Amino acid sequence: MKKIFTVAPSPHVHSNDSTQKIMYRVVYAMLPLLAWSVFVFGLDALRVTLIAVVASLAFEYLIQKFLLKVKPTVTDGSALITGILLSFNVPSNLPWWIIIIGALAAIGIAKLSFGGLGGNIFNPALVGRVFLLISFPVQMTSWPVNIKSGIDAVTAATPLGIIKESTSIADALNSLPSITDMLIGNTGGSLGEMSAVLIVLGGLYMLWKKVITWHIPVAVIATVAIIASIFWLINPDVYINPAYQILSGGLLLGAVFMATDMVTSPMTPKGQIIFGVGIGLITISIRMFGAYPEGISFAILIMNAFTPLINNYVKPKRFGGK
Amino acid sequence: MSIILYTVATLAIIGATAAIILYFVAQKFKVFEDPRIDEVEESLPSANCGGCGFAGCRAFAEACVKATDLGELNCPVGGAETMESVASILGLEAVKKAPRVAFIRCNGTCDHRPKTNAFDGASTCAISAASYGGETDCEFGCLGYGDCVESCEFDAIDLRADMGVPLILDDKCVACGACVEACPKNLIELRKMYPKGRKVVVACRNEAKGGVARKSCEVACIGCGKCEKVCNFDAITIENNLAFIDSDKCKLCRKCVSVCPTHAIIEVGFPPRKIKEEEKESSTAK
Amino acid sequence: MLKTFNLGGVHPPENKLSADKKIENLPLPKTVFIPVAQHIGAPASPVVKRGDEVKVGQVIAQSSGFVSTNIHSSVSGKVKKVDVSADSSGYSKQGIFIDVAGDEWMEEIDRTEELVKEFNLDGSEIVKKIQEAGIVGLGGATFPTHVKLVPPKGMKAEVLLLNGVECEPYLTSDHRLMLEKADEIMVGIQLLMKSLQVNKAVIGIENNKPDAIQLLTEKAKEYQGVSVVALKVQYPQGGEKQLINAVTGKEVPSGALPIAVGAVVSNVGTAFAVYEAIQKNKPLFERIVTVTGKGVSKPSNFRVRVGTATSELVEAAGGLPENTGKVISGGPMMGRAIPSLDVPVTKGTSGILLMQEEESKRGEVLNCIRCARCVSVCPMGLEPYLLMTLGEKHIFDRAEEERVMDCIECGSCSFTCPSHRPLLDYIRYGKGKVGQIIRSRK
Repeated sequence: MKKIFTVAPSPHVHSNDSTQKIMYRVVYAMLPLLAWSVFVFGLDALRVTLIAVVASLAFEYLIQKFLLKVKPTVTDGSALITGILLSFNVPSNLPWWIIIIGALAAIGIAKLSFGGLGGNIFNPALVGRVFLLISFPVQMTSWPVNIKSGIDAVTAATPLGIIKESTSIADALNSLPSITDMLIGNTGGSLGEMSAVLIVLGGLYMLWKKVITWHIPVAVIATVAIIASIFWLINPDVYINPAYQILSGGLLLGAVFMATDMVTSPMTPKGQIIFGVGIGLITISIRMFGAYPEGISFAILIMNAFTPLINNYVKPKRFGGK
Repeated sequence: MSIILYTVATLAIIGATAAIILYFVAQKFKVFEDPRIDEVEESLPSANCGGCGFAGCRAFAEACVKATDLGELNCPVGGAETMESVASILGLEAVKKAPRVAFIRCNGTCDHRPKTNAFDGASTCAISAASYGGETDCEFGCLGYGDCVESCEFDAIDLRADMGVPLILDDKCVACGACVEACPKNLIELRKMYPKGRKVVVACRNEAKGGVARKSCEVACIGCGKCEKVCNFDAITIENNLAFIDSDKCKLCRKCVSVCPTHAIIEVGFPPRKIKEEEKESSTAK
Repeated sequence: MLKTFNLGGVHPPENKLSADKKIENLPLPKTVFIPVAQHIGAPASPVVKRGDEVKVGQVIAQSSGFVSTNIHSSVSGKVKKVDVSADSSGYSKQGIFIDVAGDEWMEEIDRTEELVKEFNLDGSEIVKKIQEAGIVGLGGATFPTHVKLVPPKGMKAEVLLLNGVECEPYLTSDHRLMLEKADEIMVGIQLLMKSLQVNKAVIGIENNKPDAIQLLTEKAKEYQGVSVVALKVQYPQGGEKQLINAVTGKEVPSGALPIAVGAVVSNVGTAFAVYEAIQKNKPLFERIVTVTGKGVSKPSNFRVRVGTATSELVEAAGGLPENTGKVISGGPMMGRAIPSLDVPVTKGTSGILLMQEEESKRGEVLNCIRCARCVSVCPMGLEPYLLMTLGEKHIFDRAEEERVMDCIECGSCSFTCPSHRPLLDYIRYGKGKVGQIIRSRK
């Protein structure tokens, strides 16, 4: 019998990159943060993450299998990322059923109703988080105390909460943790936003593995730093110093892990910088003038909505001019 | 009390102003439209398939209203009935058009055409045809990815993935011609529709020389010309090693079916034949 | 810092398995099929008929226009028939079948190996001879060389660029030629420079061929105006526009020819063919073909007569490995997978690559995750993800606006897509449709 050869249009080779590999690299980058959160908050942190991950995977599988009747894609790692990121954005003492609702909002509403991985306009984990923040404001903002700080209390305030609540900056600085503590992650807050050092480390790993590019994180952080510095230089009695703005809250986590989500961020470097600057501006505006102490989640979601527009107008540099 | 009065008065003033503005705007931008366009459009099937050659039913309706003679205009979907109602709205004479039906002129199913290579590119006929001749040695035949199925607005084409060649469902086909455009191999033809869906067709487009054609497909037309000779109605022509039966001239006598040595000519919709001795193996087409 | 082009690019595994294999002559086949369309442009028209006796180097099909070339017999023997046969795409193309008998060459061809340096032809005579010898770009595009050597009115070439990049993985035919025929290539370059009336020629070679860079740099000293530039290994540096960009820093404007920036690009293999045509009176009827692949027992570089069936080359390289799944004519990035081993070697065949079963199927197509890798690797600065969608949805006017016609079909986008999306398939389709639309406008 004659041998049957495969034919196909070129190219006939493929890089050994795959969607799955990219997703798992993001997971690897997040693992040190997860470990740190367990170290700081105890097994409660692990409980939250496990529930979020299992719920995300389960919703993805069940909805795809029985509701959409398509081949489930749970193994591609994207639902795993959503689960972990969702848990990183909530306090460690959140009741289990709230986490599950968050996972449903993230996977069911934000991801699958838009056509699954790649089709979603908004970052699923952030939609889950904001859904919970609006639906359960009390549970979502009562932060457990850092078991390492040794303070005997049930709940503690986050640095940003302290800044928002304090009557003056001097007052705030008294109760704020030191910069070193914030770098290492020895403060209060959501699971994943604790340690600035580990977030940057994860970001560097992703940069090295070419999962992300530098444009978005740098644009976000630089924008926040510049605006915060300007205000601080004008009136240091009213505005906190920029180091706190950068290290506190979810800014770093958002800038490195969530704003860089490929699906919901622009395609071109120029577009990514516009996107990052937008996130920075909205974040700092909400923090300084808004009702919420933290604004990065809203900022990212708002800029997510602009992504298609940015993609439409910001074109890559064409070869051969114009 | 005065509050109520004020409210009523304000609302009345706003309402009146708005009404006046709206009236003038409407006057300013008024476009006269023949009311018959709407009427005609209503009588059309609203499939917006473009089978008539116009961009949707509305455009066709406009063309009908403008026309002085419906001879050139036809809605293949609605058929004679629709054209008659259009004609009666416009007070014109309906021109009877023979209904047509699409047919895929390839019978090279998997068991007739051996596969000689495996295409691994994007699964559309257009891309496959642009890069390779096809998965068999027949470069003229159906590719089977179903660009026609995709193009059909009426669900009238069954992909038959296991057979390798789609099938047009006559009862659903409205002869809009979308599939004719979609097929990169130019296999689909709109043929005259006969009662009971009867057809006698050369189900092949292979223009290669007889031997080559035959080697690539068991049921390929080899251009031998036997059918042309046997046909009493001049319905069959041979060009580029390929026979073609003009459906407008064909009288469904089926003589050609019997003489075709490769069974490239198939008959559809006839009761099974009694096998006569002198006819040896006559084709028993599906 | 080595030079390279400024936008995009990928770096597929090089796999140059046959880099140290000397060029061998492939034994003469028993029969050849010489297609009359081996170049871009109008197919040549056959001038022989069944039963004619032909010699090696005899014209068997005449050029049928300016953008067309002559086809010469690669063997001596009797014309069996002038007929159609399936080419690398599976579609039938016209060609000439010749039964080989002996190896009798035309008398005027100088068959010695002796280097002939001197020439005293003027530019237009050189172009005329190149045209008669049926020389086309041997890098794979097969654009008739004489057309390139006559710049459109009002344009003047300033520099001749020689493409010794060979950026396609696996292929080594140009590499071997540079090592074994350096002097001949240099003389060919002199001839091309003369015909273009330029006094500067630059040979671009990727840094993964240090021996060729060294040798040619050495040789270039003996020849006026020729220099060698080492380039960073980056695919698709062998693309005309990319090579110009890498060497001169200039960008050919969208839709324009390289001559717009004063450059003419030619392959080193073409330069060698020009040398042979003019100094040795030998028309183009054989070329160097790399036969390679991971499973091939004897990866080789052969000098092959045009028209030889692929199966002969595979046989000479140790036979078809059991688990061959795909046979590619050319390199793995831009080559054509061929449906059968009967397909003949043509002027544009730079290699035969046998791919194993497990590497020959594409991966499962998944959703686009908008990772923008395709955008960042596109050497033309296009957005492949968008062009694919536009092709899929038949939105051709927008595709034209997004410059689908600029695509050089290098395949970097499909190569890099983590979701294995058939980006280039749809872009090529869109390009074809937009091309039709543009032509119909004229």
